[in-house]
This record gives sequence, C-alpha cells and structure tokens, in this order.
Amino acid sequence: MHKEFLMGNAAIARGAIAAGLNLICGYPGTPSTEVLETTAKNNDGTIYVEWSVNEKAAMEVGAGAAYSGARTMVTMKQVGLNVASDPLMSLEYIGVKGGMVIMVADDPGPISSQTEQDTRHFASFSKLPCFDPSTVQEAYDMIQEAFEFSEKYHTPVFFRPTTRVCHAYASIDVKDKEEYKENKPEGFIKDSSRWVIFPRLSYNAHMNIEERNAELSDIFSGYGRNAVIPATAAGCRKGIASHGISWTYVREVLRGKEAPALFKVSTPFPFPEKAAVNFLKDLDEVLCIEELDPVIERELVYVCGKYHLNTRIIGKLTGHVKTAGENTCDSVRGDIGFFMGWGLQDAELPDIELPDAQPELPVRPPVLCAGCPHRASFYAVKQAMKGQKTIFCGDIGCYTLGNAMPLDMVDTCLCMGAGVNIAQGVGRIDPDTKCFAFVGDSTFFASAITGAVNAVYNQADMTLIVLDNSTTAMTGHQPHPGTGRTMMGQVVDKVNIEAVLRGVGLTAVETVDPLQLDKAVDTVKRVAAEKGVKAIIFRSPCAVLIKPDKPAVIDPDKCIQCRKCINSLGCPGIIISDGSVTIDNSLCSGCGLCTQVCPVGAISCGKEAE
Amino acid sequence: MINNILLCGVGGQGTVLTSKLVAACAMEKGFSVMSAETIGMAQKGGSVFSFLRIAEGEQICTPMFGTGMADIIIAFEPAEAVRMLSYLRKDGTVIVNSRPVMPVTAALKASDYNGKEMLDYLSTKVGNLTVVDGDRICRELGSPRALNMILLGVAVKSGVLPFTTDDAVEAMKRSVKPQFIELNEKALRYEV
Ligand SMILES: Cc1ncc(C[n+]2csc(CCOP(=O)(O)OP(=O)(O)O)c2C)c(N)n1
Ligand code: SF4
Ligand code: SF4
Repeated sequence: MHKEFLMGNAAIARGAIAAGLNLICGYPGTPSTEVLETTAKNNDGTIYVEWSVNEKAAMEVGAGAAYSGARTMVTMKQVGLNVASDPLMSLEYIGVKGGMVIMVADDPGPISSQTEQDTRHFASFSKLPCFDPSTVQEAYDMIQEAFEFSEKYHTPVFFRPTTRVCHAYASIDVKDKEEYKENKPEGFIKDSSRWVIFPRLSYNAHMNIEERNAELSDIFSGYGRNAVIPATAAGCRKGIASHGISWTYVREVLRGKEAPALFKVSTPFPFPEKAAVNFLKDLDEVLCIEELDPVIERELVYVCGKYHLNTRIIGKLTGHVKTAGENTCDSVRGDIGFFMGWGLQDAELPDIELPDAQPELPVRPPVLCAGCPHRASFYAVKQAMKGQKTIFCGDIGCYTLGNAMPLDMVDTCLCMGAGVNIAQGVGRIDPDTKCFAFVGDSTFFASAITGAVNAVYNQADMTLIVLDNSTTAMTGHQPHPGTGRTMMGQVVDKVNIEAVLRGVGLTAVETVDPLQLDKAVDTVKRVAAEKGVKAIIFRSPCAVLIKPDKPAVIDPDKCIQCRKCINSLGCPGIIISDGSVTIDNSLCSGCGLCTQVCPVGAISCGKEAE
Repeated sequence: MINNILLCGVGGQGTVLTSKLVAACAMEKGFSVMSAETIGMAQKGGSVFSFLRIAEGEQICTPMFGTGMADIIIAFEPAEAVRMLSYLRKDGTVIVNSRPVMPVTAALKASDYNGKEMLDYLSTKVGNLTVVDGDRICRELGSPRALNMILLGVAVKSGVLPFTTDDAVEAMKRSVKPQFIELNEKALRYEV
C-alpha cells in the first residue's frame, strides 16, 4: 500500500487493474471518460483497451470477453447506457463467466449531459446488482469488490459513480503491484445451452435471477459499505438515509454535532432490506437525501409498508427535498436543519452579508473556442442559405454550441445521431423547407450512418453536413475510426467518411475546408440546390489540437468599429477594450476567419500581419 | 483543523493545474487532501472552480464545502472572485488577478466589461484582499503562462496555506517540464 493523489475516475481504473482487469472498452462521455483513459495510460501491455464505436458495441465486445473468462469493464456515461440497453437486457439472462463491471457515470445537475436519468433504475430494471461509491477511496476499494461479486454470481454488475465522485481528487491508499490480483482467462468454452438465448433459457434464468437477488439483498444487508449508524443525540428518534456524494455532505453537515441515526446505502439494488428494517424500526421520521430520483426513499416507503413500520419517510416525494439538480453542502445543511428543527444559528449560515449592491456579473455560457472550425462551417452555411426557408438539425458535440448567438445555427438537438433522422421527419411534413443535419465525425461513426442509409432508402431530400475535426473534441479529444489511431497505440487505416457515404448511395459527396470561406459558401449553395440526399464534409482540425498561428491584427486606422466581426462570428478572441474592437492575443489562434468577414479588410493574419 | 481553499476563474486559465500543485505540496507535508474540479463543458470559456481541502489525518469527509467556509479564494479573474465570494469565511483572504476576461455575451451586448467594478466591490467587502496585476508581471517575466504560479506564489506568502514558497518551488520542479522550471520559479518567488 502507498498513498497517491488520484481523481475518482483514475481510482476506478487503478482499482480495476488491481483486480486483474483483462479488457476494457467504452465510448467517451463526461463524466466517465477518464476511467478508460487512465487504464490505457497504466497499461503494462496485458490489458486490451478499446474506444468502441459506440456503447452498444462496447457492451457486446465486453460480453464476449467476459464469456471467455476475462475480467472485463465497460465504461460510458448515463445516456450511453440507453444505446447499450439492448444487449444489456439480454445479457442479464445469459450472465458471464469472468467478472464484468458496467461502469456508468451519472451526472446530477446535469452538468455536462442531456438528461438527469438515474442508472439505479436501470439496475433494478435489468435486475443487475449496483454499487454506488461515495468517495475516491471507496471507489478504489469497491470496484475490486464489484469484480468479486460479479464473478461469484456469474452476472454483470453496475458500478455507478456520479460526477462529484468521478471528478473529485483525494490522497488515497492504493495497492502496490505485488498485491494485484492476476486473472488468466481460460477462453471461450462452447456450450449452446449456456450462451444462446432462447425463451426456455430465459424462463429458467428469470427464476434464478429472482432467487439470486433475494439472496443478494440479504448479503448486502451485511455488506460493510451499507452502514446503519445509531443516533448519537440522546433519545433522538429521527434518521437520515443517503448515498454517494450526498452521504459525504451529510457527514460534513453533522461534523461535531449530535447526530440522528444514519443509513448509508451503497447497493441500491438489490436493496439491503434487512439493514433498512434494522435502521427504521425505532425511528419516527426519516429524511432521504438523494441525487437524481428518490430511489432509496421509495424503497424505504415500501419496506415500511411491507413490515408495518410506523416511520414517516420524507424527501423528494413529499416535497421536502428539491426534485432536480445536484445537492451541495449548503442544500443538505438546509434540508437537515429544517428536518432537525435547528434554528438559523445552528444551520451555520454564512457570516458575510451578501449580496447588497453586488455588481451585475457577466454570464459565461460555454462557447466554441477561438479558431474553432465549426464556427466557420456554421457561418458558411448561414451565408449560403440566407433568405431561404431552412431547418438546421444539430447533434451532440462541441458543435451543439453553434446554437448560441450570434451564429444561432442549431434548431434542434436531441441525442447522438438524431439530427439526420429529425431532418427527414421535418422534410416529410414541410417539403418546401431545405433540411440540413449537422453531425460531428465521432457522432457520425457512433450513430449517424444508419440515419444516412434511412434517408437514401426512403428517398429523402436533405443535406448532411459532417463536421470533421479529426477528433472527439467535446469529451476531451479521443481517437475514433476516422483518426487512424487506437487505444492500443496502433496506427491503422482511417475509415473514410466520403467512402462510407458514397458506399451507401449518396450521389453528391463534397469535401471542403470551412476556413476558406468563399469556397465553402459556394459549395453549400451548389450542393444544397440538388435533389436527394447529399453531403458536405467540412474538414479542418480542432483548434485545440494544432499549434496556433500568430494572432490576427486589427489595423486601427482601417477599422471603422462596425463590429461586424463580433456580431457575425461571436469569437471569444475578438473583444472590446477601451471602447474599440481588439484581438485578445492570449486566445486568438490565427484561423483567419474574421479577416474574410471584415468589410474593410482591417484584420490581417499570418504573413500579411507582419 | 481543515484548510479550505477555493480557486476560481474562466475555463482555460489553468485553475486545475494550480490546485494539483497545492495538493502535491500539502501531501509532501504529510497532510490528507481532497479536491473537486469543474471538468467538462464549462471548461470552454465558462466559470470554473476547484474546491480544495487540506487536513491532518482522516478529518475530511467530502471534497466540497459550503458557503462561508473558504479560508482563501484564489481568483484568476475579478468577476469570478465576486461570483464565489459567498464561500469566503469571515476574515478570509482573497487573492485576485486584475485582468478581466470578457465573455462573448458581453462583447455582443457591446458592454465595456473591464473588471474595475468588480475590484471596487471586492475592496469594500474583503479586508484581506490582494489585487495582482498578473498581466504586467507576466509581461515582465516574458510569458502569459506564468499567471497561475504568480497567483499561487502570492497565496503562499499570505501564510494561509500550510507550506512555504520553497515547498511550492520543490513540488513545481517535480511536476512541470524542465524548460518551464526557471520561469515558474521566478513566478512563484515574485514579490508583489
Ligand atoms: C449516447 C451518448 N454517448 C456519449 C455521449 C457523450 N458525447 C457528447 S459529445 C460526444 C462526441 C462529440 O464528438 P464529435 O461528434 O466528433 O464532435 P466534436 O465534439 O468533435 O465537435 C460524445 C461522445 C453522449 N452525449 N451520448
Ligand atoms: S475543442 Fe475543438 S471542436 Fe471543440 S470548440 Fe474548441 S476548437 Fe472547436
Ligand atoms: S469587422 Fe472590421 S471594421 Fe468592423 S469592427 Fe471588426 S475589424 Fe473593425
């Protein structure tokens, strides 16, 4: 054992490696991404690491490895599990041989996600055990236990941290190499009665699963991470139930205070029912502090009903705790203060008097970086289609930020890969609208190819715009099939987007650099005027991945302060300083887009600027 | 006793790196450390923060803390200091970089946000306030990349953190590329 300062996600990866991990695959998504990246970084060559093309592929690759006796981890964010849910729901019945942990990170807030869905429901829906860590150290230890449970019960298990655990850092105890477990997979052993799903097998498996989960509920009642802690306040008949990061807020708020009884739920499914009864039996009132859905709260209400307990359960369902968003130390302090009947004094409200006469704060929504090629692509399409009836269906990635003013180029955004199909739906009802779908390169491979096939087959009339920046930028620049690099360090043939689109039958497929504005605008005008399904690939690398050029220069003698550059592009590299339009040299990457927009040629870049 | 530190700024300014260095210094001294960072979408020009907690033994149970609890706020941008000010404890210390970062929303509204109002407000509210002209010092040191070390250097000298400038320099040497050591050491030792 030794100490290291690790991020939660790194601790999960290191814990899995210590547990004898043989294979890990996943698809990037905040806040889950660093688990796979850390594994790759710490790979001594014995672990197979893969960014799969999407979560369904990852789940299935993982299943194959686990059938073969490998200790396997599959990683994704919560919405990724929706994509992987088809294999998941059947894998539940088939089970595994090697330990298989499905690491799904939830995102209360949401901070970087489309939804506030709660993976604990997926655990009970798929009847798979679920582990919910509350600290970085616990994540490190618990992931190893999760592998043991999985292997012992021949079932995949969920490991479900939330953002504040994934992205917390802590100095924790980690194992030395000599303490690592080693797992040598024996390989796939043929047995069609075990690995081929049929109604008969599913019926039997269903029986076994229910029996196993009843047994696991009992075992989890004795599992050390599900703690029932008696009240330290004399005669107190109140209790608090919590989980995950919220549990640590509860502990923080109660530090040094006389506390009510506490119940920490680390395995929301199968719910540790006996432990719950033990917790509830002498209490009048229990407050549930949870993030996302009131899973523990409903379970406790159920346990009270089942065992005729007269304990009042309060929380989100009773309107005592807010139903959406993340908890904070402050919100939990308020909830507990109210529950315990503390006065304001005890609730320790901040000392500083705020916010009298606080100046108005600038709002900072996230924006496309200075020099982002997506800005140029959106601007080109906007210019080309000016005055025509259009819809711009967006998708998920950095380019979703094309919705912001002044670009205002994203009319819809639903989930990965949806844009290409939504454009077709709109076109069916509104045939005189020019329908566009914008999709990033990683999203294209993950889930837009089927949409393109759908459009071709069904004779749609639309333009698909692929924003190819040669990376998965939004989630931190992971490689994908179009980059020709793998997580095992190989350089491989790139999957060619143009060839894929031509292969499925698009007639017009053109590629252009969006930073050459005139050419880009012409291309859009020409291609969009054609009938049928056509595509434009805007190819230019993500600005973060290339060495910036010299910043642009505004000639103060030429500039007429019209602000067209600011008002048409919204680039963070162009600011107003002392009343005049100026380039922020610390941000500008010298992409040259604004030089092509200025009506009087006042901005120059590169050679001209010197 | 737990030391609560809050770093804040605008995505891309290097708060995460600074918080890692503080953590390294504290661990070197045998303290336990927990921290929480903004990672994800907000890093693209949004408001970002790091919560850091340092203590002996196992006293810290969560990386986050509530309002009114920060011993020190190290702000890379004036408005971000104001935004997070409710986290400062009574008599807490604020170190703030004076250079404003203008968001696109402000440029579009043709507002002339220059951070001055924010600094004025801070000076009426905070007793232990140090305003650092990071821009000028960076120019003097010859690199815009020195900002985080300059701010950290000032914070260490305020005496609120449980380690010395020498400790910070040692930890820095272990964590940055050799070509940046000299610049960073100058920045850490800069006398404001
Ligand atoms: C089903 C699902 N999986 C993963 C994510 C996380 N995610 C957000 S954007 C993105 C990919 C963005 O890459 P790309 O399409 O290349 O666009 P870029 O960010 O590079 O502009 C991913 C994987 C998600 N939102 N939904
Ligand atoms: S990270 Fe790359 S793709 Fe994303 S906004 Fe910045 S430049 Fe654009
Ligand atoms: S578009 Fe040209 S003239 Fe107008 S403000 Fe910008 S630099 Fe000046």
